[in-house]
Amino acid sequence: MTAATFARAPSIGRAFTAQVQRDLTIAFRSRSELINPLMFYVMGISMFPLGVGPTAERLAEIAPGVLWVLALLSTLLSLDSLFRRDFDDGTLEQLVLNVDPLFVGVLAKVFAHWLVIGLPLTLLSPLAALMLFLPGAAVPTLVLTLLLGTPILSLLGAVGAALTVGLKRGGLLLTLIILPLYVPVLILGAGAVTAVIDGVDPAAQLAWMAAILALMLTLTPFAAALALRVGLE
Amino acid sequence: MGRLKTLWHRLGSPRWFYEISGPWAAGSLIVGLIGIAVGLVWGLAIAPPDYLQGNSFRIMYLHVPAAILSESCYILMGVAGAVLLIWRMKLADMVVAAAAPIGVVFCIVALLTGAIWGRPTWGTWWVWDARTTSMLVLLFLYFGVMALRQAVPREESAGRAAAILAVVGMVDIPIIKYSVDWWLTLHQTSTFKLTSAPSMPAEMYLPLLVSVLGFYTFFFGVLLFGVGNEVLMRERRTQWVTDLVRSRQS
Amino acid sequence: MRAASWTATALQAPLLTARALGCERDGRVLFNDLDLDIRPGDVIELTGPNGSGKTTLLRCLAGLTGDFDGEVSHAGRFSYVGHRGGLNLQLTPLQNLRWSAAIEGSNASNESLSSLLDGVGLAGYEYLPCQQLSAGQQRRAALARLGLDTAALWLLDEPLTALDDAGCALVRDLLARHRAAGGAALCATHQSLGLERTRQHALGRAA
Repeated sequence: MTAATFARAPSIGRAFTAQVQRDLTIAFRSRSELINPLMFYVMGISMFPLGVGPTAERLAEIAPGVLWVLALLSTLLSLDSLFRRDFDDGTLEQLVLNVDPLFVGVLAKVFAHWLVIGLPLTLLSPLAALMLFLPGAAVPTLVLTLLLGTPILSLLGAVGAALTVGLKRGGLLLTLIILPLYVPVLILGAGAVTAVIDGVDPAAQLAWMAAILALMLTLTPFAAALALRVGLE
Repeated sequence: MGRLKTLWHRLGSPRWFYEISGPWAAGSLIVGLIGIAVGLVWGLAIAPPDYLQGNSFRIMYLHVPAAILSESCYILMGVAGAVLLIWRMKLADMVVAAAAPIGVVFCIVALLTGAIWGRPTWGTWWVWDARTTSMLVLLFLYFGVMALRQAVPREESAGRAAAILAVVGMVDIPIIKYSVDWWLTLHQTSTFKLTSAPSMPAEMYLPLLVSVLGFYTFFFGVLLFGVGNEVLMRERRTQWVTDLVRSRQS
Repeated sequence: MRAASWTATALQAPLLTARALGCERDGRVLFNDLDLDIRPGDVIELTGPNGSGKTTLLRCLAGLTGDFDGEVSHAGRFSYVGHRGGLNLQLTPLQNLRWSAAIEGSNASNESLSSLLDGVGLAGYEYLPCQQLSAGQQRRAALARLGLDTAALWLLDEPLTALDDAGCALVRDLLARHRAAGGAALCATHQSLGLERTRQHALGRAA
């Protein structure tokens, strides 16, 4: 027997599916990790009526921004666990050594993260919108902006998580690094919802968000993969 | 083409850069300071007052160059970061390290002068207009790069991580600027802008140009000094640096 | 018989070649101008006191860090089992193994995976989350990956950690079978593997 008999060609599609499955299984093992970001979202939204006053007009006016900012913060809070656990238990090394090209593995993890955090947030948003008296006509647009925007948040967040993966107490630094990069998504997302309330067609904002999503889908997995390698050095 | 290639190769040696940069740095600093002085005196004292804003617009001669430079500096940082990541050129890492604090200072100057400009014009110390908002976000981006560099314990990894972030930020800057511009038009109730209209008479425009050029040259000088310092810091364990320190001490 | 198999092995192309490897950390030189050849049938014990750079050398050879001088070239794929094992503690050994099989490109069926776990002494524990296993059992679960046979070269960092005598015997057995099949292994270890015909490579002085 020689070295040749050992060689197997890993299938990248299989690696992608296996990674998504694995991350979803891990996420569902820990119920609190699933629920916590969603609870934070709802709780954070509730803080606003408490702080600003319960009048419908005032809340409805700030609703688009608040709903979006809180979605942003909830995603940020959940990002640290994207790579950190794998870094700590040695699985990240296995990922980096075996999955080629690495960005596919990164994309798989980001996808699983979005399924567990971003998508539920999007689905929960009508409830949150109710609490802030967002006009009903704007809710579908809100959901659509979150549907387009939360993947962008996860993708950009992955770059930040990868850059801070080996650092102790990297969580806060991660937030500081990523927040400025989130500015366009926030402006466009909240802006689209505001536009609908004002009776303006939000098509431009939505188109821009779709374009940004496409751009991020192509660029961020590479950046994150590179950052992971740097983190493992 | 051949000379460019030789320059590129030479840049691979931080030591060569250090030895060459001294006179260039000093020269740029002096020329730059002269340019700034001329531009500022001209703009602050000699140019005619603006018919709308009176004399308060003069802060523009400080604000506009600072703003332009803070943006150029970030782009330089992003390009240097890309060079570091693609070609692993050590000098590029030092450029990123040296450029960041300079850019932060320019950013803060731009924000402060923006506030000073806003006070007599709008009556408030802070205005969320397109430029000041973009400057603020730029400040956050700079901060992120510096904080990340500080936080990573190994020097080489810190440089590469900061470079990745700088490149991502650089790609994001046009998107941020566009969205902030758009955000402003969405929410603005009036149509004036803090930054002057493009059609300025020559008496106003020329001192601005001199000021901007002066700032650029000054920045170049400060950057060269800063990179030189970084070179010494990073190469502190090599023979040539220890020899240099020893010879300076005697 | 023995002489013949040795010569035959020696003539095969190396699985890993390292030339002039040098590495320093925190101003300390860990190793310098190190040459290494690993051929099919080699089992090399990398010894040295704590802090001598065994883990760093392994990571350099595995390509996990680029911060070293010299060159490393691989003839094919390799399996790396590091300090931390590469097991997710919330998953079961079987789930971990299934993931490893998928990313390493092994076609092993579920039954084969179960019997692999059986082979490392985890029969009956396949469906328990790894955090409920003892340290020794977790190490066995991590080493089970090697049974997937996806690579000729094994790079192992302290494979005997937390293992009892039976566990050590298991590792010896795994290595012996791998070697007989034409594979090779480099193990960083500060206890002797207890295997015959191993090469020794000692790294530097203690910190």
